[in-house]
This record gives sequence, C-alpha cells and structure tokens, in this order.
Amino acid sequence: MRDFDPNAFFPRFWVAVGETGIMVVVAFAGAAVIGVLLGLLLYASRPGNLLQNRAIFAVLNLVINVVRPIPFLIVAIALIPLTRSLFGTGLGPLPQTIPLIIVACVAIARVSESNLVAVSPGSIEAGAAMGASPARVLFTIVVPEALGPLTLGLTYILVALVDATAVAGVLGGGGLGSLAMNYGYQRFDWISVGIVVLALIVLVQLAQFLGNAVARKVMHR
Amino acid sequence: MSTAIAFENVSKSFTSKGRTVDALRDVSLTVEKGEIFGIVGFSGAGKSTLLRTVNALERPTSGRVVVDGREISALQGRALYAARQRIGMVFQQFNLLESRNVYKNIAYPLRLAGLSEAETLDRVEELLRFVGLTDKALAYPSQLSGGQKQRVGIARALATRPDVLISDEATSALDPQTTGEVLALLRRVNEEYGVTILLVTHEIDVVRELAHKVAVMEDGAVVEHGSIYDVFSSPRHPTTRRFVSSVLHHIPSAEALAKIRAVHRGRLVQLHVEDRDTNHPFLSQVSRAHDVDVNVVFGGVDELQGRLFGSLTVELLGTDAAVDAAIAGLRETTTVSELPAPDARTSEKEAVHA
Repeated sequence: MRDFDPNAFFPRFWVAVGETGIMVVVAFAGAAVIGVLLGLLLYASRPGNLLQNRAIFAVLNLVINVVRPIPFLIVAIALIPLTRSLFGTGLGPLPQTIPLIIVACVAIARVSESNLVAVSPGSIEAGAAMGASPARVLFTIVVPEALGPLTLGLTYILVALVDATAVAGVLGGGGLGSLAMNYGYQRFDWISVGIVVLALIVLVQLAQFLGNAVARKVMHR
Repeated sequence: MSTAIAFENVSKSFTSKGRTVDALRDVSLTVEKGEIFGIVGFSGAGKSTLLRTVNALERPTSGRVVVDGREISALQGRALYAARQRIGMVFQQFNLLESRNVYKNIAYPLRLAGLSEAETLDRVEELLRFVGLTDKALAYPSQLSGGQKQRVGIARALATRPDVLISDEATSALDPQTTGEVLALLRRVNEEYGVTILLVTHEIDVVRELAHKVAVMEDGAVVEHGSIYDVFSSPRHPTTRRFVSSVLHHIPSAEALAKIRAVHRGRLVQLHVEDRDTNHPFLSQVSRAHDVDVNVVFGGVDELQGRLFGSLTVELLGTDAAVDAAIAGLRETTTVSELPAPDARTSEKEAVHA
C-alpha cells in the first residue's frame, strides 16, 4: 500500500468533485426536463386519458421498457460512437452526460407517469365539474397534486445519477469515480478510495436532503 | 315556477367485457327552480349516474338532459366548460385540491371564470364568511375536519354564483352532528341564494330534513316521486316503504309484528293518520257502533314539513262479521289495511304493508 500524499491527492480530488458535479447537474437538468415531459405525454396518451392516443402510448411505453433494463455500463459503451460524433471526443464530463441523460430520462418518465396516475380521480373530476378543460386539468390540477411525490421520485433518480456518474467517469467522464478507480484502486491507495467514498456519501446525503426539503414545501398532507 | 333541470327519457347503458348494464332506464323528472330535490336509492340504483348527467360528467345513451333551458347532454368543448361553470357540484369525498390552501381551492373556479385578483379576493372572503371559515383561509385541506372540508367544497361549488347545485352524497362521509351542520348550510344556500339543489343520497333522513320533493330510484329507474309529504305519508312502492319505515317508526317491523302476534290473536288493521280538518273521534264511534273492542298495539305520529301523519296498528276484537263491519266503518274516515292472519306465509313487506 502506497503512502497517501495529500498534496498530490487534493488538487485531483477537487477537479474530480467539479467533474462529478457537472455530470450530475447537467444530466439531471436535461433528464428532468425530457423525462417529465415524456411522463406527461405517457400519462396523457394513456387510453382513457385526456389526449388518449394508443400509438403514442404504445411507442413510448416500448422505448422506455427497452432502455430501462439495460445496465448503465452497457448503455454508456453502446453510445460511445454517438457521443464521439456529437462532441468529437468521448472524454470529459459533458460527453458522458449523454448516456446519463438517456438512462435517467426514461427512469424519470416512468416515475413521473406513476405519480401522475396516482393523483386522486376525485380531484380530476372536481376540475372537470368546475368547467376546466382537460389540458387545464392536467396542468393546474394533476401536475400540482402530483408534485410532492414527484419531487421525491426525482430525488431518487438524482441519487441514482450520482451512482451512475462513477461508471461514466471511468469510461472517460472523469470525476470521483475515475479518481477512486485510477488514482486510488490501481495504485493501492486505499486512503484516497476512502475519501472518495466519503465524498460520495456526503453528495448523496446532500441530494436527498435537498429533495426532502423541496418535497416538504410542495406537499401539504 | 320554471324548470331548472329536466331529464327527458334518459337512459344510460355501460358495456364492459361484452356485458351491457343498464344504469339508467328511461328516467323522466323535472326539478323546478328554487326547490331542493332529493333522489334516494340503495347503492347501485343509478342515482349518482343520473346526477352526473346534469353536468355531463356522464352522457346519456339516449334521452336529453336540459339545464336552464340548454341541452347540456349535447354540448361539447368550450360551450360545455362554460355551462359547467354555472353548475356547482359537491362530492362525498369533498375532492378538494390537497396542494392548494382553502383560499386557492375556492378561488380555482373563479380563475377559470376569468375573474381578476381583486374580484377573486372579495368573492372568496364573502364565501368564507358564508360558510363560517374565515379563519381557515390559509389552511390546507389536510388540516381540516370532514365537516370543514365539506364547507369548503360547498363554498367552492357556489363560487361562480351557479343557479344549480348538485350534491353527490355530500353528507355520507360525515358523522351525524356534522351532517346536521352541512344540511343546515345547504338549506341556507337554497333559501338565501335561491339556488336549486339536486341531491343524491342513500340516507332517507337527509331527504326528509332538507328536500321539498323526492324521487326514489331502483335498478336505474325512478319508481316513485312526489312531494316529501305525499311520498312519506303514503309510500306506494316497496322500496319507498323500506326507506320510509327506516326513519319513521310507526310501521312495525317483521320482528315487532311477530311479537305482537304472539300476544294479540285477533285481527290486526293499520289505520292511516294524517292532518284532518275535522276532529271527530272515529275510532271509539266505530267501536261502539259495531260492538268491537279496539286495542292499539303499535303506532306513532310524525311531523313532516309542519304536517302530521303516521299510522296506528290496532287489534279488533269481536265476531268476524262485526269486525268486517267495523273495518268498513273506519274506511269512511281513513285508509285502512288489514294485516294478514298470523299463519299466512307471507314476506315481510306484504305482512307489514298489505
């Protein structure tokens, strides 16, 4: 086991924290926008709902079900040609957000859909009875009523993203994952690995804390 | 009076998994402006489905539903949304928006109607005063009791000053005390704002307390309807009789009748009691005239909408011929029905009401 050298480790550590931060934040922002929209579309196109459309629902459903079971590592590898053609390189945190966004957005689509479906039919009916159009019911009743559990669902995905960035990092994204792998594990420097693990725990706690705080604010039951 | 709601030969059938269920069968009813009309029936009778055709949450398979002169069952899109804003609806489970506070729940229909912020504020304040919840404006539904939630539900339903209020089992999730408060509030809605109320309930007591007219539904059809007094004082259909006898206890139940029979072996008749202009003692007169002894074994007199009605079950003791003559004599004054002899094998309903 090597001696732990703080002067060599910490500069790399802060860069890695930054890279992980970029991957998590960019991937989460992108995936949240796309995923929630997909979730809304999935909910609205569901047979019996306001924009019911069997074709859209079936296609979306299929795509999500195809992407979801594939392990993230495989998705990330399979998408290397795509990220290279988009960014000219597969290296660095930004190119690696592409597979992260794709995997996270289908998960968010599913989470959003199930939270929207769980909104009380009574609330929806009350909106219709008051004379709200179906689109108005969707955006002023269904979405706000689902927001609390939706926030918790998004937090769950955010935490899962921190996990996935480690894999993306090893595949060229950099960040804490690759630091632990390349600087720590491969050099038998277990202290470095330990610090990275601690940093990841703190990061996840922070994400969960934020999510819970937002959920508490929007939920009133 | 003019018509607020008219159901014209309304039928509705649902088809699921190849089986067709008739939820409504050729229902025709008229609700006049300003009245409180109760629809009562056991669960599955189709009363909620009928109610929901009033704001087109359900559409009839055939027939028309006309609200304030407009055939709502034919409206679509914007015209329908506008028409629904003129019809308030109150729900059994309140159906408040959990993510909004009381103020915003009541403001929701006002926003739909396009009121400004200032107008909304004024109107919501007025409604909160009317339902007695001014101190709860910023509370969320989860912080309210059932009765408070329903008062918010009523305030929300009244927000756009609708002409018609429909109520789907509004008190069925509440305890008796709270039910009384909500019924009193609904009566004020009717009396102070002149709102026509069509309500659906399985609790006959609610209808008795609140309504002017009642329709009894069974198996998707209206089996009896009329003024509260007429229907309660002389129910004709067996279902109506079951409802009425559950709240008015002057008619003996099958068990009570069996106990009476065990003691009283003579012929039993039921005499109808109602408001009478004259005040002659017909029972003792008939008794003397026909040499028949009279024994009151069951009965009671209720008050309904300021009028008396009820029934007495009496045992007539004498020769068969004398009793026959006495019954004929009683019939000159009131409605008389003889209960079948004890050994006759009859159903409960027939035994009680034949």
